[in-house]
Amino acid sequence: MAYFLNSSIGKKFLVSLSGLFLISFLFVHLTANSMILFDSSGELFNRTAHFMATNPIIRVVEPILAIGFILHILYTVILTIQNWMARPIGYHKQQRAFSSTWSSRNMIWLGLVILAFLIIHIANFFWKVKFTGDPLLGKVDYDGVEMENTYHLVTTFFIQWWWIVAVYVIGAVALGFHLTHAFWAAFQTLGWSDNCWRKRLNALGLVISIIIAGGFAIIPLWVKIASMI
Amino acid sequence: MDLTLKVWRQADRKSKGNFETYQIKDISPDSSFLEMLDELNEQLIREGIEPVAFDHDCREGICGMCSLFINGRAHGPGHETTTCQLHMRKFKDGDTIVIEPWRAGAFPVIKDLVVDRGAFDKILQAGGFISVNTGNAQDANAIPIKKFQSDEAMDAAACIGCGACVATCKNSSAMLFVASKVSHLALLPQGKVEAVRRAKAMVAKMDELGFGSCTNTGACEVECPKGITLTHIARLNREFLSANLKP
Ligand code: HEM
Ligand code: SF4
Ligand code: FES
Repeated sequence: MAYFLNSSIGKKFLVSLSGLFLISFLFVHLTANSMILFDSSGELFNRTAHFMATNPIIRVVEPILAIGFILHILYTVILTIQNWMARPIGYHKQQRAFSSTWSSRNMIWLGLVILAFLIIHIANFFWKVKFTGDPLLGKVDYDGVEMENTYHLVTTFFIQWWWIVAVYVIGAVALGFHLTHAFWAAFQTLGWSDNCWRKRLNALGLVISIIIAGGFAIIPLWVKIASMI
Repeated sequence: MDLTLKVWRQADRKSKGNFETYQIKDISPDSSFLEMLDELNEQLIREGIEPVAFDHDCREGICGMCSLFINGRAHGPGHETTTCQLHMRKFKDGDTIVIEPWRAGAFPVIKDLVVDRGAFDKILQAGGFISVNTGNAQDANAIPIKKFQSDEAMDAAACIGCGACVATCKNSSAMLFVASKVSHLALLPQGKVEAVRRAKAMVAKMDELGFGSCTNTGACEVECPKGITLTHIARLNREFLSANLKP
């Protein structure tokens, strides 16, 4: 096992599995967030957030999610550094764009933009809801169930600061480009691809990237624009 | 055709090396890239300059000896062509052509444009073979093989070990080369017997020799002169994962 995890393909195996797990998380997260769009009173989103915060399954998955992120980041950083070291002297001239996509060559930078976003995002919301609290996080009461007004915290952030909206849109777009390469690649790494499935998985990957990037970008934009009209 | 050549010159493994610019005149568009370099070398010898060292052998696209990173691409412009099969009509009169050796930590430059691709031999020695008892050759067709499998194995067997995949990969990964060997043998009954040991040994050797890992960019496949596809890398991944995850 130690040998397996030290081998290049073994490390990629973990990157692939953690990446696929993160994609499945994104879908759950996007579904929950989209409740912001469907009810401007905030009740729908607050109830969803409350459900997520109290659901035992989500409670169990949360630490696994953290481990998923850590594994993914740890192993991609290790692999990227090893890959840089594999070519100590570079070319004077190389036509890279001829043979590969921009996203596939810039996965680490796209990943680091996502990571920077993630840190801002966690500090903005998750940390406050979970640990420190925030003056914007009042309590609301729906049918006798008291819960935190997460909707108020989230929308106030977007409405007050343009730069927060910009950060969220940039994060979403970087994630979208990351996924255009990552989705098919994850299956390829697991050995689950051939000439035919490659086309199908790439097409599906593009659809998923557009849904994820578009979905996450629209929410802050919508909140901001709706507040102005 | 009149051309300006920017060529990497390096006296030996240890020296630093640099680009030298040479002018060359009256090159026939029908000559091959290597013939053009031959003419350059004749000119250099006449001028009392050390000729440029470059690798070649068959000059008919089957041995894999010729290398050269030409104008930013492995084996230069053209699809599924080795440098020896590249013709000067792919360039224009007055062009400047940049010629570099393969660049990878695992392929050190020996002299000028010649690199040491011995690392590939070491990977093959680790498992790119089948163990058979010698004796009379078996009757042809004694072992039935499915059409799909024989076709796929044949495609993989087309690899000539040129190293363009490593040269072009941003990670200097040898995965396409290793995949073609593992795939070629794992598909055939004669090779299946040692498939588990082979996948483990060849990947371990590849890692040990300092090649990078695969990030699925697909650049290798685009530049491979023999059209080896990423499908073979998927098969290598499958072979390696099942070899390791099997109890
Ligand atoms: C929710 C966020 C993320 C998702 C859904 C995700 C998903 C994926 C997937 C599915 C792959 C393909 C794995 C493969 O090639 O087998 C991948 C590759 C990669 N990811 Fe992420 N990722 C995320 C965040 C990050 C972050 C924060 C980093 C920061 C360092 C990162 C860096 C990379 C790199 C460098 C690769 C290419 C690695 C390689 O192919 O060797 N990713 N990602
Ligand atoms: S896989 Fe293609 S590019 Fe790589 S060594 Fe074989 S023939 Fe050359
Ligand atoms: S010299 Fe043999 S393939 Fe080019």
